[in-house]
Amino acid sequence: MPNLKDLKNRIASVKSTRKITKAMQMVAAAKLRRAQDAAEASRPYTERFNAVMAGLASSVGGSDSAPRLLAGTGDDKVHLLVVMTAERGLCGGFNSNIAKLAKQKAAELLGKGKTVKILTVGKKGRDQMKREYASHFVGHVDLTEIKRVGYADAQEIARDVLARFDAGDFDVATIFYSKFVNVVSQIPTAQQIIPASFEQSETDAASTLYDYEPDEEAILADLLPRGVATQIFSALLENGASEQGARMSAMDNATRNAGEMIEKLTIEYNRSRQAVITNELIEIISGAEAL
Amino acid sequence: MAETMQFDLVSPERRLASMQVAQVQIPGADGDLTAMPDHAPLITTLRPGVLRVSGPQGDAAYVVTGGFAEISGEGTSVLAEKAMPVAEATAADFDALIGLATEAVAKAPADAKDAADKLLADLQALRGEVGV
Repeated sequence: MPNLKDLKNRIASVKSTRKITKAMQMVAAAKLRRAQDAAEASRPYTERFNAVMAGLASSVGGSDSAPRLLAGTGDDKVHLLVVMTAERGLCGGFNSNIAKLAKQKAAELLGKGKTVKILTVGKKGRDQMKREYASHFVGHVDLTEIKRVGYADAQEIARDVLARFDAGDFDVATIFYSKFVNVVSQIPTAQQIIPASFEQSETDAASTLYDYEPDEEAILADLLPRGVATQIFSALLENGASEQGARMSAMDNATRNAGEMIEKLTIEYNRSRQAVITNELIEIISGAEAL
Repeated sequence: MAETMQFDLVSPERRLASMQVAQVQIPGADGDLTAMPDHAPLITTLRPGVLRVSGPQGDAAYVVTGGFAEISGEGTSVLAEKAMPVAEATAADFDALIGLATEAVAKAPADAKDAADKLLADLQALRGEVGV
């Protein structure tokens, strides 16, 4: 039977753990609000952008002179996987889920005899991917120092990706991130960004005939690189919200578990104390009887 | 004819303006243009410049770089990669933009050299116009 002092110490330590997880949960809740606001604020831009791009892409896409970012290199050999995760852990399965999806995809591509290159954003994803695919690494983007991701950070990543594309380093690029649904549900998602694909919203693009200035292809050539940045940016924001959501529910669970543990330990503590008292009584009584 | 139209200015990070305006002066890639209600549908890319709007709620001016404007009969929306009210533009913003553009000029391949040069020139002109 563990002695009383040990139990007391355990209880005290679990109590302080609970305090920490509770605090982390509340911090995550506050950050989640901010992250959701940021994601919300970027939505009008992304939606309009994609609507216009879809219209443009459908009218130019068929021709031979379509930009390479849209039409692709005509090849499908080298894949770049951009794995975006968080910089910190303690957020449940958030990082692992993204890494798992990316690993699946990598294994699938390698199985088909394609070349896989991996670029990671976020420390946690890097660590996880490195275990199996260290030889495929081409780079890592560090966002540790950045408290709040801005569009400039997304542009930075986009520039990096585009420079590699221009240099002919890869044919297809896919980003991996987690889509925020709600606090308890985040869906790891793979999205192909190069060659670009835009969801066609049927009502919007087809109804109005626009004049283009300069011509459609010049606009498309100008906008496609920006589209890459836009998609990366919204993925970063979704990721930010997902991370905080995942952390919030993970910490909520941890707090609850700590509470249960404290209850269990307290019962055990009370029992042992009672046992000690009973023991002492028995000793005294049997001592008195012996006299 | 309608006297005002809906005007939206959005950047990836926030929606800067959404209001009824009488006219919008847009720094288009092929030259400035002014959009008024019932303008023919048009999509144009932007060059770095000052976007001016005027309407019943007063006038406003924004510094915009990169992106495009979508004009339709009912309204105008401008999607700019970087947008801010003229009053908020600082020297540091321009330093960063011009730094990037200068870098791009140095790295640009021959066929993109003109475009990179123009971007840099536009940015410098814009800086002069805003006066920071």
